Amino acid sequence: MATSLKCLLRSGKEAAAAPAVGDANRDLAAIQVTVRDALNQALDEELERDERVFLLGEEVAQYDGAYKMGFTGIAVGAAMAGLRPICEFMTFNFSMQAIDQVINSAAKTYYMSAGQQPVPIVFRGPNGASAGVAAQHSQCFAAWYAHCPGLKVVSPWNAEDARGLLKTAIRDDNPVVFLENELMYGVPFEMSEESLSKDFTIPIGKAKIERQGAHITLVSHSRMVGHCLDAAAVLAKEGIDCEVINLRTIRPLDVECIEGSVMKTNHLVTVEGGWPQFGVGAEICARVMEGSAFNYLDAPVTRVTGVDIPMPYAKILEDNSVPQIKDIIFSVKKTLGV
Amino acid sequence: MKTMLAIISNALCRITGKNAGAQTVSEGARVVVSRSLSDFTPQATFDIKKCDLHSLEAGPPEKAELTREQGLQYYHTMQMVRRMELKADQLYKQKIIRGFCHLYDGQEACAAGIEAAINPSDHLITAYRAHGYTYTRGVSVKEILAELTGRKGGVAKGKGGSMHMYAPHFYGGNGIVGAQVPLGAGIALACQYQGNNQICVTLYGDGAANQGQLFETFNMAALWKLPCVFICENNKYGMGTSVERASASTDYYKRGDFIPGLRVDGMDVLCVREATKFAADHCRAGKGPIIMELQTYRYHGHSMSDPGVSYRTREEIQEVRSKSDPISMLKERMLGANMASVEEFKEIDIEIRKEVEESAQFATSDPEPPLEELCNHIFSNSPPLEVRGTNPWSKLKSVS
Repeated sequence: MATSLKCLLRSGKEAAAAPAVGDANRDLAAIQVTVRDALNQALDEELERDERVFLLGEEVAQYDGAYKMGFTGIAVGAAMAGLRPICEFMTFNFSMQAIDQVINSAAKTYYMSAGQQPVPIVFRGPNGASAGVAAQHSQCFAAWYAHCPGLKVVSPWNAEDARGLLKTAIRDDNPVVFLENELMYGVPFEMSEESLSKDFTIPIGKAKIERQGAHITLVSHSRMVGHCLDAAAVLAKEGIDCEVINLRTIRPLDVECIEGSVMKTNHLVTVEGGWPQFGVGAEICARVMEGSAFNYLDAPVTRVTGVDIPMPYAKILEDNSVPQIKDIIFSVKKTLGV
Repeated sequence: MKTMLAIISNALCRITGKNAGAQTVSEGARVVVSRSLSDFTPQATFDIKKCDLHSLEAGPPEKAELTREQGLQYYHTMQMVRRMELKADQLYKQKIIRGFCHLYDGQEACAAGIEAAINPSDHLITAYRAHGYTYTRGVSVKEILAELTGRKGGVAKGKGGSMHMYAPHFYGGNGIVGAQVPLGAGIALACQYQGNNQICVTLYGDGAANQGQLFETFNMAALWKLPCVFICENNKYGMGTSVERASASTDYYKRGDFIPGLRVDGMDVLCVREATKFAADHCRAGKGPIIMELQTYRYHGHSMSDPGVSYRTREEIQEVRSKSDPISMLKERMLGANMASVEEFKEIDIEIRKEVEESAQFATSDPEPPLEELCNHIFSNSPPLEVRGTNPWSKLKSVS
């Protein structure tokens, strides 16, 4: 019984086969991997690497149905007793029911026990707006979880991020909230050979400069990073050179990277899918104000965010509820005063 | 300590050849023996109450064997918990303990009986009325009281407080009502996964028994046949609400529906022990989870903020004390079967009082944790990090 349960929990979702590295076509183009495949590959490798790692959640293995607070608590308990669970939420919206277990049972326990009881667990799942799933299934939880000490919160954008950060998250001895994005799952990205190696990890807490630029800094996470790069491409034609930072981690925030960039460009725009109040952009503003980069700002920081409303259903309304590329372009120009 | 008493008094009697009627006081050993040990019954069998059963063909035995040594040990454990809790009451009223303090006096037979039936390598998790279990799971009274007073010598270095004490294979101490139940099933999952034949005892109260997350947990535990003993400590009141006012069904041992259950006299340490043994065997045999309802009683209110007499009468409390006190019951049984002497029990009491007094001394004199400790233990096995203080210039250090 124990063995079959073990197999069940460790089989994970059906994983598409990884593109063959030794393929003859390798010379022609770098390997394209979708975010979904990158995640699945990373999961498979980590499951194999450490037998204490296992998957638990909604719609994993054979079990249908969602028993949210129950299985989240079970995952946390298993982590306390020496296993390394990956607890999957169908979407992070369901985690709101289980949030007590994430915060009070996982995040705070190492502190409350004065270092006696670690909780090595990963909570993963799609976060934020999807397509046509309406208000209760579209919320971004980055700010909610990033508020809490004791948690690490990561938000990958591309396939490389997904792979490297998930491996790091699984190997971390602490609770990590891993915010994925449903609309990104099917998007393919080029992956270097290095990034496909079994021990490829990306450190938590370090942002990446995806595009160097001189005039203005765009800071973003998850899907919006792609929007920023698209906006940057358009702006480049008008002679505006954007530096695009992919946060990769929300908590702890890589303030140093942001500050370094602002000291170079003197202008900052934050871009996120979540609501504006008390959000990721708000935190970045506060931190920049408190630090050395403040004196380098030639204009106040601009936050580009989701509209401050529950997500509507109708397509035209939904499209206008989240930042579009034109909103980023508009905000960049306003910030630069052009 | 408990068996040392027997060993020392044994040795003394043989050496001195003293017997009935003579007093032997050994310097420094704190032993008083008034009769020869050959007078005492080494082992006896007692009738215990039959358990009500749910979905079970047979239940625990209706007789329990008790050796003299076990009896003295259980007595010692229960009395230690009793006196520790009363000391905590005192310290709270002196405002040396603050915040939450949920006392366990009256319920000692539950903690002592459960521990007597499981192995130290088994696991246990409970809610916030946790001091008794913290002790039975191996933490000293000194470290418990010092945690209550928030000192650096506390079991959680003063950072946890009453509801957040931990030890190996003891997962607290949990403040959110009912949250510990899924955690317990998770621990049981880890046991099953690791194939180590260990079980997890997961406790909750009558107040938590109606929570949704319990039923989610029961479902998964049954589905996966997790080696989890769910134990409902029914002390008749969820805070100020009696069970009749709170639950459509007060047969808590039946609430697991498809999970078998038994209802146990929680005031009798032998009954608790036999039932827990039965339940543990059930789990270890791979039959899946089982529920035990322990019918017990708390003398104190829900917490130190609750006098405990607005929703129940003083007469009721007094009646339980005089008729069903777990410590008195065990003592009378042993005396009745000539398993120990009144003086022996007195000696144990004195020894316990001394230990509790010394622990309280420590707990009131030990310094509070140093401010340097403030931000430590955020993350496990991580490099030191900087933590923002109350203002932007306050950059504090956190190590694992």
